Amino acid sequence: MNVDSIKNGIVIDHIKAGKGHKIYNFLGLDSLDCSIALLKNVPSEKMGKKDIIKIDDESIVLDLEVLGYLDPGITVAIIRDGKVTDKHQVKLPERLVNVLKCKNPRCIVTTEQEIDHIFELVDSETRTYRCIYCDSHAK
Amino acid sequence: MNHLIDIMDLKKSEIEELINVANDIIANPQKYSEVCRGKKLATLFFEPSTRTRLSFEAAMYELGGNVIGFSEAQSSSASKGESVADTAKVISCYADIIAMRHPKEGAPLVAAMNASIPVINAGDGGHNHPTQTLTDLLTISREKGGIDNITIGFCGDLKFGRTVHSLINALMMYSGVKIVLISPSELKLPVYSKDVLDKNGIEYVETTDLEAVLPDLDILYMTRVQKERFFSEEEYLRLKDSYVLTPEKLECAKSDLSILHPLPRVNEISVKIDSDPRACYFKQVLNGKYVRMALIMKLLGVEA
Repeated sequence: MNVDSIKNGIVIDHIKAGKGHKIYNFLGLDSLDCSIALLKNVPSEKMGKKDIIKIDDESIVLDLEVLGYLDPGITVAIIRDGKVTDKHQVKLPERLVNVLKCKNPRCIVTTEQEIDHIFELVDSETRTYRCIYCDSHAK
Repeated sequence: MNHLIDIMDLKKSEIEELINVANDIIANPQKYSEVCRGKKLATLFFEPSTRTRLSFEAAMYELGGNVIGFSEAQSSSASKGESVADTAKVISCYADIIAMRHPKEGAPLVAAMNASIPVINAGDGGHNHPTQTLTDLLTISREKGGIDNITIGFCGDLKFGRTVHSLINALMMYSGVKIVLISPSELKLPVYSKDVLDKNGIEYVETTDLEAVLPDLDILYMTRVQKERFFSEEEYLRLKDSYVLTPEKLECAKSDLSILHPLPRVNEISVKIDSDPRACYFKQVLNGKYVRMALIMKLLGVEA
């Protein structure tokens, strides 16, 4: 299957096969007007198969940091005039805002709906985060 | 330091500074009697706590300042559904500093994120109570001449006891501290707290036998088994009398042992011990007022 190369845009590559749709939804790509391709189960030498998302607009602002939490193997490439101008592997973010939800019934976030659920990374090996309000741990 | 939410917000040097100022207040109370003239402390107590609230209020009055506030959620706008964030913004217009107690963990942090004045956590559920920890540190320092190289036993509810968790965290800043954890198996110190002790190379032992370890202790920190932390009355009743300190048990303790308790006590320390010179828990209450005075001064940026 062929999908045209993009001239100016963002390629989110090396997504673990099957996770592409989750990332598509998480980034809110359904609300964009530009062309977007979600490729699933693309053959990959390294990974066997992988998912890829191609976004035909390099000017959009995405919370790419959160990708490191969803799938730390992902690479993000920025394409300008048909050339890769920036490519990097995402890292586990130090801080997550409204990604994890605190489940501690004693935490203030459970009674006050407007408060952002904020978690900070405490152990990158175990991918453990800490709720900044109540110190509950979550992964 | 703009706020005090967690004892770990403080560096060791800041704790030492607060202890030094508190000691100076104790020695020269007159010097400090007007330093907060014209300043207002707002005590926002969303759940009742007579002891802590009165300690803060007494502290502010003794610094020459004034106090406004409420002592239960029903008498605040929270009963009308106002958020903690909005309350903090509103009170910032009336007062110079806030002391907040709230049943929900993290509420004082939310207040600090929204207030334009310093916020002191006066207890958030079973989570943090940093001014109790400062009280404990001042008491240990005054009783032992310092905090390094002490052997301290924590006895009772080590699972839900926030004062225990906070004090253990603070003690990790000091050298040569040995910790003895005495509790029934159901109320042991949580694994994550022990992991922190391990990571920091702090020497500790766990036991269920108070009398066996009592002779080794310089400090005995007794705690109450707190009814409000249990979901089942039956479980509470089964564990509440696990340890009761009596004059007989104290016979094997060191003559210069210091017995601390964050209070209120129920029956875990016999009233017969109150007259023993090793009982420091009422001195501890007084120290709480002095260290809160030092903290209010520090956060308001006033000096004697």
